[in-house]
Amino acid sequence: MKQVREDNPSLLDSCKGYYNVHLDVFDGPLDLLLHLIRKNELDVRDIPIAVITRQYLDFIKLMKDLNLEVAGDFLLMASTLLHIKSRMLLPLDDQEEGEVEEADPRAELIRRLLEYQQYKEAGLVIGARALLGREVFTRGCCEEPLASRMQNDDGPVELELFDLVDAFRALLARVPAESFHDVAAADSLSIADCINEMLSLLQERDLIHFDEMVSLEPTRERIVVTFLAILELCRLKLIRIFQNEPHGAIWFIPAVSRDDSNDGVSAQ
Amino acid sequence: MSLSAIVESIIFAAETPLSLDRLCDLLQEFERSELKSCLIDLAAFHEGRGGGFHLVEVAGGWQFRTRSEFQDYIVRHVRTRSAKFSPSALETLAIIAYRQPITRAEVEYLRGVDCGGVIKTLLDKKLIRILGKKEIPGRPLIYGTSKEFLETFGLKDLKALPTLKEIQALDETPFMELQEELPLDQNATQNIDTLLPFDTEHSAGS
Repeated sequence: MKQVREDNPSLLDSCKGYYNVHLDVFDGPLDLLLHLIRKNELDVRDIPIAVITRQYLDFIKLMKDLNLEVAGDFLLMASTLLHIKSRMLLPLDDQEEGEVEEADPRAELIRRLLEYQQYKEAGLVIGARALLGREVFTRGCCEEPLASRMQNDDGPVELELFDLVDAFRALLARVPAESFHDVAAADSLSIADCINEMLSLLQERDLIHFDEMVSLEPTRERIVVTFLAILELCRLKLIRIFQNEPHGAIWFIPAVSRDDSNDGVSAQ
Repeated sequence: MSLSAIVESIIFAAETPLSLDRLCDLLQEFERSELKSCLIDLAAFHEGRGGGFHLVEVAGGWQFRTRSEFQDYIVRHVRTRSAKFSPSALETLAIIAYRQPITRAEVEYLRGVDCGGVIKTLLDKKLIRILGKKEIPGRPLIYGTSKEFLETFGLKDLKALPTLKEIQALDETPFMELQEELPLDQNATQNIDTLLPFDTEHSAGS
Protein backbone atom coordinates (compact mmCIF):
# COMPACT_ATOMS: atom_id res chain seq x y z
CA MET A 1 0.00 0.00 0.00
CA LYS A 2 2.82 2.35 0.88
CA GLN A 3 4.35 1.71 -2.47
CA VAL A 4 1.19 2.86 -4.17
CA ARG A 5 1.00 6.01 -2.13
CA GLU A 6 4.50 6.92 -3.13
CA ASP A 7 3.61 6.41 -6.74
CA ASN A 8 0.68 8.73 -6.57
CA PRO A 9 2.33 12.14 -6.72
CA SER A 10 4.00 11.21 -9.97
CA LEU A 11 0.75 9.89 -11.36
CA LEU A 12 -1.01 13.09 -10.42
CA ASP A 13 1.71 15.22 -11.94
CA SER A 14 1.74 13.33 -15.17
CA CYS A 15 -2.02 13.39 -15.37
CA LYS A 16 -2.08 17.09 -14.71
CA GLY A 17 0.24 17.79 -17.58
CA TYR A 18 -1.59 15.40 -19.81
CA TYR A 19 -5.02 16.56 -18.92
CA ASN A 20 -4.41 20.24 -19.33
CA VAL A 21 -3.27 19.79 -22.86
CA HIS A 22 -5.92 17.43 -23.99
CA LEU A 23 -9.22 17.41 -22.20
CA ASP A 24 -10.72 14.54 -24.07
CA VAL A 25 -8.08 11.96 -23.30
CA PHE A 26 -10.25 9.58 -21.41
CA ASP A 27 -13.42 8.50 -23.05
CA GLY A 28 -15.17 7.30 -20.00
CA PRO A 29 -14.33 5.14 -17.03
CA LEU A 30 -13.36 2.01 -18.95
CA ASP A 31 -10.88 4.00 -21.00
CA LEU A 32 -9.38 5.48 -17.84
CA LEU A 33 -9.14 2.04 -16.22
CA LEU A 34 -7.40 0.61 -19.26
CA HIS A 35 -5.00 3.53 -19.23
CA LEU A 36 -4.17 2.93 -15.56
CA ILE A 37 -3.72 -0.79 -16.17
CA ARG A 38 -1.39 -0.17 -19.09
CA LYS A 39 0.49 2.55 -17.25
CA ASN A 40 1.18 0.17 -14.37
CA GLU A 41 1.96 -2.65 -16.79
CA LEU A 42 -0.65 -4.88 -15.27
CA ASP A 43 -2.50 -7.82 -16.74
CA VAL A 44 -6.14 -7.01 -17.45
CA ARG A 45 -7.07 -10.54 -16.40
CA ASP A 46 -5.53 -10.10 -12.95
CA ILE A 47 -6.07 -6.55 -11.79
CA PRO A 48 -4.92 -5.61 -8.30
CA ILE A 49 -8.16 -3.86 -7.41
CA ALA A 50 -6.74 -1.91 -4.46
CA VAL A 51 -3.98 -0.29 -6.54
CA ILE A 52 -6.22 0.51 -9.45
CA THR A 53 -9.05 1.81 -7.29
CA ARG A 54 -6.74 4.17 -5.45
CA GLN A 55 -5.30 5.56 -8.67
CA TYR A 56 -8.77 5.78 -10.16
CA LEU A 57 -10.09 7.76 -7.19
CA ASP A 58 -7.03 10.01 -7.27
CA PHE A 59 -7.76 10.72 -10.86
CA ILE A 60 -11.36 11.64 -10.14
CA LYS A 61 -10.14 13.91 -7.37
CA LEU A 62 -7.76 15.50 -9.83
CA MET A 63 -10.61 16.08 -12.24
CA LYS A 64 -12.53 17.80 -9.49
CA ASP A 65 -9.49 19.89 -8.59
CA LEU A 66 -9.31 21.01 -12.17
CA ASN A 67 -12.97 21.97 -11.93
CA LEU A 68 -13.91 19.44 -14.54
CA GLU A 69 -17.32 18.04 -14.26
CA VAL A 70 -16.98 14.44 -13.19
CA ALA A 71 -19.57 12.54 -15.12
CA GLY A 72 -21.79 10.12 -13.29
CA ASP A 73 -20.28 7.29 -15.33
CA PHE A 74 -16.93 7.83 -13.62
CA LEU A 75 -18.51 7.80 -10.18
CA LEU A 76 -20.49 4.66 -10.99
CA MET A 77 -17.27 2.88 -11.92
CA ALA A 78 -15.62 4.10 -8.71
CA SER A 79 -18.40 2.56 -6.66
CA THR A 80 -18.18 -0.65 -8.71
CA LEU A 81 -14.46 -0.85 -7.94
CA LEU A 82 -15.07 -0.32 -4.23
CA HIS A 83 -17.82 -2.90 -4.29
CA ILE A 84 -15.52 -5.44 -5.92
CA LYS A 85 -12.79 -4.72 -3.43
CA SER A 86 -15.13 -5.15 -0.47
CA ARG A 87 -16.42 -8.42 -1.88
CA MET A 88 -12.87 -9.65 -2.23
CA LEU A 89 -12.07 -8.74 1.37
CA LEU A 90 -15.11 -10.32 2.96
CA PRO A 91 -14.91 -14.02 3.71
CA LEU A 92 -17.48 -16.02 1.86
CA ASP A 93 -20.30 -17.64 3.75
CA ASP A 94 -20.09 -21.39 3.94
CA GLN A 95 -23.35 -21.85 2.08
CA GLU A 96 -22.45 -19.29 -0.53
CA GLU A 97 -19.01 -20.72 -1.01
CA GLY A 98 -20.32 -23.66 -2.93
CA GLU A 99 -22.01 -21.55 -5.58
CA VAL A 100 -19.72 -18.59 -5.81
CA GLU A 101 -16.46 -20.43 -5.35
CA GLU A 102 -15.03 -19.91 -8.78
CA ALA A 103 -16.76 -16.60 -9.39
CA ASP A 104 -14.12 -13.90 -9.09
CA PRO A 105 -15.81 -10.63 -8.11
CA ARG A 106 -13.66 -9.03 -10.77
CA ALA A 107 -14.88 -11.32 -13.54
CA GLU A 108 -17.62 -9.00 -14.82
CA LEU A 109 -15.34 -5.98 -14.85
CA ILE A 110 -12.55 -7.89 -16.58
CA ARG A 111 -14.95 -9.14 -19.23
CA ARG A 112 -16.13 -5.60 -19.90
CA LEU A 113 -12.60 -4.27 -20.00
CA LEU A 114 -11.49 -6.92 -22.46
CA GLU A 115 -14.50 -6.32 -24.63
CA TYR A 116 -14.00 -2.58 -24.51
CA GLN A 117 -10.34 -2.96 -25.36
CA GLN A 118 -11.32 -5.04 -28.36
CA TYR A 119 -13.61 -2.36 -29.74
CA LYS A 120 -11.16 0.39 -28.94
CA GLU A 121 -8.58 -1.40 -31.05
CA ALA A 122 -11.14 -2.15 -33.75
CA GLY A 123 -11.81 1.60 -33.83
CA LEU A 124 -8.12 2.30 -34.32
CA VAL A 125 -7.91 -0.29 -37.07
CA ILE A 126 -10.82 1.10 -39.06
CA GLY A 127 -9.63 4.64 -38.39
CA ALA A 128 -6.27 3.74 -39.91
CA ARG A 129 -7.86 2.75 -43.21
CA ALA A 130 -7.44 4.96 -46.23
CA LEU A 131 -10.57 7.09 -46.00
CA LEU A 132 -12.54 8.48 -48.89
CA GLY A 133 -12.02 12.21 -49.03
CA ARG A 134 -8.93 12.03 -46.87
CA GLU A 135 -6.46 9.59 -48.42
CA VAL A 136 -8.46 8.29 -51.34
CA PHE A 137 -10.48 10.28 -53.83
CA THR A 138 -13.05 9.58 -56.48
CA ARG A 139 -14.01 11.80 -59.32
CA GLY A 140 -16.07 14.65 -57.96
CA CYS A 141 -15.91 13.50 -54.36
CA CYS A 142 -14.78 16.96 -53.36
CA GLU A 143 -16.99 19.47 -55.09
CA GLU A 144 -14.77 22.36 -54.26
CA PRO A 145 -11.32 22.31 -55.81
CA LEU A 146 -8.80 24.63 -54.21
CA ALA A 147 -8.16 26.40 -57.49
CA SER A 148 -11.62 27.86 -57.73
CA ARG A 149 -11.44 28.86 -54.11
CA MET A 150 -8.28 30.81 -54.74
CA GLN A 151 -9.81 32.63 -57.68
CA ASN A 152 -12.56 34.22 -55.68
CA ASP A 153 -10.76 34.35 -52.41
CA ASP A 154 -12.18 37.74 -51.58
CA GLY A 155 -15.45 37.20 -53.28
CA PRO A 156 -18.52 36.05 -51.47
CA VAL A 157 -19.93 32.55 -51.48
CA GLU A 158 -23.43 31.52 -50.50
CA LEU A 159 -23.70 30.11 -47.01
CA GLU A 160 -26.14 28.40 -44.74
CA LEU A 161 -27.52 29.68 -41.49
CA PHE A 162 -25.34 27.41 -39.38
CA ASP A 163 -22.18 28.65 -41.05
CA LEU A 164 -23.27 32.10 -40.07
CA VAL A 165 -23.80 31.03 -36.49
CA ASP A 166 -20.36 29.38 -36.46
CA ALA A 167 -18.73 32.52 -37.77
CA PHE A 168 -20.55 34.47 -35.13
CA ARG A 169 -19.29 32.13 -32.45
CA ALA A 170 -15.73 32.41 -33.76
CA LEU A 171 -16.02 36.14 -33.57
CA LEU A 172 -17.35 36.04 -30.03
CA ALA A 173 -14.42 33.88 -29.03
CA ARG A 174 -12.05 36.60 -30.18
CA VAL A 175 -13.70 39.23 -27.99
CA PRO A 176 -11.57 40.02 -24.95
CA ALA A 177 -13.08 39.02 -21.66
CA GLU A 178 -15.30 41.76 -20.38
CA SER A 179 -15.35 43.10 -16.89
CA PHE A 180 -18.81 43.13 -15.42
CA HIS A 181 -18.16 45.74 -12.78
CA ASP A 182 -20.15 48.59 -14.24
CA VAL A 183 -23.62 47.16 -14.03
CA ALA A 184 -25.51 50.19 -15.25
CA ALA A 185 -24.40 50.60 -18.84
CA ALA A 186 -24.43 54.21 -19.93
CA ASP A 187 -26.31 53.64 -23.14
CA SER A 188 -27.45 50.38 -24.54
CA LEU A 189 -27.32 49.75 -28.23
CA SER A 190 -30.59 48.87 -29.86
CA ILE A 191 -31.00 46.60 -32.83
CA ALA A 192 -32.91 49.35 -34.63
CA ASP A 193 -29.95 51.73 -34.28
CA CYS A 194 -27.67 49.10 -35.61
CA ILE A 195 -29.93 48.36 -38.58
CA ASN A 196 -30.06 52.04 -39.46
CA GLU A 197 -26.31 52.29 -39.19
CA MET A 198 -25.88 49.34 -41.51
CA LEU A 199 -28.39 50.58 -44.04
CA SER A 200 -26.70 53.95 -44.23
CA LEU A 201 -23.35 52.22 -44.70
CA LEU A 202 -24.86 50.13 -47.47
CA GLN A 203 -25.90 53.33 -49.22
CA GLU A 204 -22.25 54.14 -49.66
CA ARG A 205 -20.86 50.72 -50.35
CA ASP A 206 -21.93 47.46 -51.87
CA LEU A 207 -19.99 45.09 -49.70
CA ILE A 208 -19.54 45.24 -45.95
CA HIS A 209 -17.51 42.99 -43.74
CA PHE A 210 -19.02 41.90 -40.47
CA ASP A 211 -15.79 42.66 -38.65
CA GLU A 212 -15.92 46.24 -39.89
CA MET A 213 -19.22 46.77 -38.15
CA VAL A 214 -17.81 45.76 -34.81
CA SER A 215 -14.15 46.74 -35.10
CA LEU A 216 -14.64 50.14 -33.50
CA GLU A 217 -16.29 48.73 -30.46
CA PRO A 218 -15.57 45.00 -30.18
CA THR A 219 -17.71 44.28 -27.18
CA ARG A 220 -19.91 41.28 -26.73
CA GLU A 221 -23.00 43.49 -26.73
CA ARG A 222 -22.02 45.19 -29.95
CA ILE A 223 -21.38 41.91 -31.70
CA VAL A 224 -24.57 40.29 -30.52
CA VAL A 225 -26.65 43.32 -31.52
CA THR A 226 -24.95 43.50 -34.92
CA PHE A 227 -25.55 39.84 -35.49
CA LEU A 228 -29.22 40.15 -34.59
CA ALA A 229 -29.48 43.18 -36.85
CA ILE A 230 -28.05 41.16 -39.72
CA LEU A 231 -30.54 38.38 -39.11
CA GLU A 232 -33.34 40.91 -39.00
CA LEU A 233 -32.22 42.58 -42.23
CA CYS A 234 -31.99 39.17 -43.78
CA ARG A 235 -35.51 38.35 -42.70
CA LEU A 236 -36.72 41.60 -44.22
CA LYS A 237 -34.90 40.56 -47.41
CA LEU A 238 -32.91 43.80 -47.38
CA ILE A 239 -29.47 42.23 -47.44
CA ARG A 240 -27.81 39.01 -48.51
CA ILE A 241 -25.10 37.36 -46.49
CA PHE A 242 -22.03 35.58 -47.77
CA GLN A 243 -18.99 33.84 -46.50
CA ASN A 244 -15.98 32.77 -48.52
CA GLU A 245 -15.24 29.65 -46.50
CA PRO A 246 -16.72 27.73 -43.62
CA HIS A 247 -16.05 29.66 -40.38
CA GLY A 248 -14.81 32.49 -42.56
CA ALA A 249 -15.61 36.14 -42.39
CA ILE A 250 -19.21 37.22 -42.93
CA TRP A 251 -19.87 39.66 -45.76
CA PHE A 252 -23.15 41.22 -46.66
CA ILE A 253 -24.50 43.08 -49.64
CA PRO A 254 -27.81 44.82 -50.33
CA ALA A 255 -30.42 42.37 -51.58
CA VAL A 256 -31.28 44.83 -54.35
CA SER A 257 -28.03 45.95 -55.88
CA ARG A 258 -27.33 49.65 -55.97
CA ASP A 259 -27.07 49.71 -59.74
CA ASP A 260 -30.69 48.67 -60.00
CA SER A 261 -31.85 51.40 -57.67
CA ASN A 262 -29.75 53.94 -59.58
CA ASP A 263 -31.41 52.83 -62.77
CA GLY A 264 -34.72 53.31 -61.09
CA VAL A 265 -33.79 56.82 -60.12
CA SER A 266 -32.55 57.74 -63.56
CA ALA A 267 -35.68 56.34 -65.13
CA GLN A 268 -37.73 58.71 -63.06
CA MET B 1 -16.06 -1.84 -79.13
CA SER B 2 -14.92 -4.25 -76.51
CA LEU B 3 -17.14 -5.08 -73.56
CA SER B 4 -14.46 -4.07 -71.10
CA ALA B 5 -14.26 -0.62 -72.70
CA ILE B 6 -18.04 -0.25 -72.39
CA VAL B 7 -18.03 -1.30 -68.74
CA GLU B 8 -15.08 0.94 -68.04
CA SER B 9 -16.83 3.94 -69.56
CA ILE B 10 -19.98 3.39 -67.51
CA ILE B 11 -18.06 3.06 -64.27
CA PHE B 12 -16.04 6.13 -65.10
CA ALA B 13 -19.13 8.23 -65.71
CA ALA B 14 -21.02 6.93 -62.66
CA GLU B 15 -21.02 9.07 -59.55
CA THR B 16 -21.43 6.28 -57.04
CA PRO B 17 -20.07 2.73 -56.92
CA LEU B 18 -21.73 0.69 -59.65
CA SER B 19 -22.99 -2.72 -58.65
CA LEU B 20 -22.91 -5.80 -60.83
CA ASP B 21 -26.71 -5.96 -60.60
CA ARG B 22 -27.01 -2.46 -61.99
CA LEU B 23 -24.55 -3.27 -64.72
CA CYS B 24 -26.60 -6.31 -65.69
CA ASP B 25 -29.68 -4.10 -65.94
CA LEU B 26 -27.85 -1.63 -68.15
CA LEU B 27 -26.21 -4.19 -70.40
CA GLN B 28 -28.91 -6.76 -70.88
CA GLU B 29 -27.37 -7.93 -74.12
CA PHE B 30 -24.51 -9.48 -72.15
CA GLU B 31 -24.40 -12.39 -69.73
CA ARG B 32 -23.93 -11.75 -66.04
CA SER B 33 -20.95 -14.07 -65.93
CA GLU B 34 -19.37 -12.19 -68.84
CA LEU B 35 -19.79 -8.90 -67.04
CA LYS B 36 -18.42 -10.32 -63.83
CA SER B 37 -15.25 -11.65 -65.41
CA CYS B 38 -14.94 -8.40 -67.31
CA LEU B 39 -14.97 -6.43 -64.04
CA ILE B 40 -12.35 -8.68 -62.55
CA ASP B 41 -10.17 -8.32 -65.66
CA LEU B 42 -10.59 -4.56 -65.60
CA ALA B 43 -9.63 -4.38 -61.94
CA ALA B 44 -6.57 -6.52 -62.60
CA PHE B 45 -5.68 -4.36 -65.59
CA HIS B 46 -5.82 -1.12 -63.62
CA GLU B 47 -3.96 -2.74 -60.75
CA GLY B 48 -1.17 -3.91 -63.00
CA ARG B 49 -1.00 -0.64 -64.91
CA GLY B 50 0.61 1.15 -61.98
CA GLY B 51 -1.41 4.32 -62.60
CA GLY B 52 -2.72 6.97 -60.27
CA PHE B 53 -6.09 5.34 -59.81
CA HIS B 54 -7.48 1.84 -59.74
CA LEU B 55 -10.79 0.05 -59.89
CA VAL B 56 -11.95 -1.11 -56.48
CA GLU B 57 -14.98 -2.84 -55.09
CA VAL B 58 -16.63 -0.75 -52.39
CA ALA B 59 -20.06 -0.83 -50.79
CA GLY B 60 -21.20 -3.59 -53.11
CA GLY B 61 -20.19 -1.77 -56.29
CA TRP B 62 -17.22 -0.85 -58.44
CA GLN B 63 -15.59 2.54 -58.50
CA PHE B 64 -12.45 4.23 -59.72
CA ARG B 65 -10.48 5.59 -56.83
CA THR B 66 -7.12 7.24 -56.54
CA ARG B 67 -4.40 5.28 -54.84
CA SER B 68 -3.78 6.40 -51.29
CA GLU B 69 -0.07 7.02 -51.93
CA PHE B 70 -0.96 10.02 -54.10
CA GLN B 71 -2.82 11.73 -51.28
CA ASP B 72 -0.16 14.38 -50.76
CA TYR B 73 -0.34 15.49 -54.37
CA ILE B 74 -4.10 15.36 -54.73
CA VAL B 75 -4.69 17.61 -51.74
CA ARG B 76 -2.75 20.33 -53.49
CA HIS B 77 -5.72 20.58 -55.79
CA VAL B 78 -8.77 19.37 -53.90
CA ARG B 79 -9.65 20.14 -50.37
CA THR B 80 -9.76 17.12 -48.10
CA ARG B 81 -12.87 16.46 -46.20
CA SER B 82 -12.08 17.16 -42.59
CA ALA B 83 -12.59 13.48 -41.91
CA LYS B 84 -10.86 13.50 -38.60
CA PHE B 85 -12.53 11.03 -36.33
CA SER B 86 -12.17 11.32 -32.59
CA PRO B 87 -11.23 8.13 -30.74
CA SER B 88 -14.68 8.05 -29.20
CA ALA B 89 -16.33 8.34 -32.60
CA LEU B 90 -14.20 5.50 -33.99
CA GLU B 91 -14.87 3.33 -30.96
CA THR B 92 -18.59 3.88 -31.21
CA LEU B 93 -18.51 3.29 -34.94
CA ALA B 94 -16.57 0.06 -34.42
CA ILE B 95 -19.06 -1.16 -31.83
CA ILE B 96 -21.99 -0.38 -34.11
CA ALA B 97 -20.26 -1.93 -37.11
CA TYR B 98 -19.44 -5.18 -35.35
CA ARG B 99 -22.52 -5.50 -33.18
CA GLN B 100 -25.28 -4.17 -35.39
CA PRO B 101 -28.21 -4.09 -35.01
CA ILE B 102 -27.56 -2.47 -31.66
CA THR B 103 -29.35 -0.03 -29.36
CA ARG B 104 -27.81 3.04 -27.82
CA ALA B 105 -28.04 1.47 -24.36
CA GLU B 106 -26.01 -1.51 -25.54
CA VAL B 107 -23.35 0.77 -27.02
CA GLU B 108 -23.24 2.70 -23.77
CA TYR B 109 -22.86 -0.48 -21.74
CA LEU B 110 -19.89 -1.54 -23.85
CA ARG B 111 -18.24 1.86 -23.64
CA GLY B 112 -19.28 2.59 -20.06
CA VAL B 113 -20.14 6.15 -20.97
CA ASP B 114 -22.96 8.21 -22.46
CA CYS B 115 -22.92 8.01 -26.26
CA GLY B 116 -25.85 10.23 -27.25
CA GLY B 117 -23.67 12.97 -28.72
CA VAL B 118 -21.37 10.64 -30.61
CA ILE B 119 -24.26 8.70 -32.10
CA LYS B 120 -25.89 11.90 -33.22
CA THR B 121 -22.68 13.05 -34.91
CA LEU B 122 -22.33 9.71 -36.66
CA LEU B 123 -25.95 9.94 -37.79
CA ASP B 124 -25.33 13.46 -39.08
CA LYS B 125 -22.32 12.22 -41.03
CA LYS B 126 -24.57 9.46 -42.37
CA LEU B 127 -22.08 6.81 -41.29
CA ILE B 128 -24.74 5.04 -39.27
CA ARG B 129 -28.47 4.82 -39.76
CA ILE B 130 -31.52 3.89 -37.78
CA LEU B 131 -32.57 0.38 -38.70
CA GLY B 132 -35.81 0.37 -36.75
CA LYS B 133 -37.04 -0.16 -33.24
CA LYS B 134 -36.29 -3.03 -30.97
CA GLU B 135 -39.32 -4.97 -29.75
CA ILE B 136 -38.51 -4.58 -26.08
CA PRO B 137 -40.04 -2.25 -23.49
CA GLY B 138 -39.48 1.35 -24.50
CA ARG B 139 -38.97 0.30 -28.13
CA PRO B 140 -35.48 1.84 -28.38
CA LEU B 141 -34.04 2.69 -31.77
CA ILE B 142 -31.59 0.25 -33.23
CA TYR B 143 -28.60 1.39 -35.23
CA GLY B 144 -26.46 -0.06 -37.97
CA THR B 145 -23.85 1.17 -40.39
CA SER B 146 -24.81 2.78 -43.69
CA LYS B 147 -23.66 2.46 -47.26
CA GLU B 148 -21.70 5.68 -46.75
CA PHE B 149 -19.78 3.92 -43.99
CA LEU B 150 -18.62 1.26 -46.45
CA GLU B 151 -17.80 3.90 -49.06
CA THR B 152 -15.91 6.11 -46.65
CA PHE B 153 -13.87 3.29 -45.21
CA GLY B 154 -13.36 1.62 -48.58
CA LEU B 155 -15.01 -1.66 -47.61
CA LYS B 156 -16.52 -4.09 -50.08
CA ASP B 157 -19.14 -5.16 -47.55
CA LEU B 158 -19.40 -5.70 -43.82
CA LYS B 159 -17.64 -9.02 -44.11
CA ALA B 160 -14.59 -7.13 -45.34
CA LEU B 161 -14.13 -5.65 -41.86
CA PRO B 162 -11.19 -7.25 -40.11
CA THR B 163 -12.60 -9.76 -37.63
CA LEU B 164 -12.21 -8.99 -33.97
CA LYS B 165 -10.04 -12.07 -33.69
CA GLU B 166 -7.67 -10.71 -36.31
CA ILE B 167 -7.53 -7.42 -34.47
CA GLN B 168 -6.74 -9.23 -31.26
CA ALA B 169 -4.03 -11.17 -33.08
CA LEU B 170 -2.45 -7.85 -34.12
CA ASP B 171 -2.32 -6.88 -30.51
CA GLU B 172 -0.67 -10.13 -29.51
CA THR B 173 2.12 -9.98 -32.09
CA PRO B 174 4.78 -8.84 -29.64
CA PHE B 175 4.11 -11.90 -27.55
CA MET B 176 4.41 -14.19 -30.59
CA GLU B 177 7.71 -12.60 -31.51
CA LEU B 178 8.97 -13.27 -28.06
CA GLN B 179 8.15 -16.92 -28.45
CA GLU B 180 9.85 -17.21 -31.81
CA GLU B 181 13.08 -15.82 -30.48
CA LEU B 182 13.40 -18.48 -27.84
CA PRO B 183 14.73 -21.40 -29.94
CA LEU B 184 17.53 -19.24 -31.39
CA ASP B 185 19.50 -18.95 -28.20
CA GLN B 186 18.07 -21.99 -26.54
CA ASN B 187 21.51 -23.42 -25.85
CA ALA B 188 22.72 -20.22 -24.32
CA THR B 189 19.71 -19.74 -22.11
CA GLN B 190 19.25 -23.30 -20.98
CA ASN B 191 21.42 -22.85 -17.94
CA ILE B 192 19.96 -19.49 -17.13
CA ASP B 193 16.49 -20.94 -17.34
CA THR B 194 17.08 -22.97 -14.26
CA LEU B 195 18.40 -19.90 -12.48
CA LEU B 196 15.46 -17.69 -13.36
CA PRO B 197 12.25 -19.23 -12.13
CA PHE B 198 10.03 -16.67 -13.88
CA ASP B 199 11.24 -17.79 -17.30
CA THR B 200 9.94 -21.30 -16.87
CA GLU B 201 6.54 -20.25 -18.08
CA HIS B 202 7.92 -19.34 -21.50
CA SER B 203 10.06 -22.43 -21.87
CA ALA B 204 7.10 -24.55 -20.86
CA GLY B 205 5.05 -22.81 -23.51
CA SER B 206 7.62 -23.37 -26.25
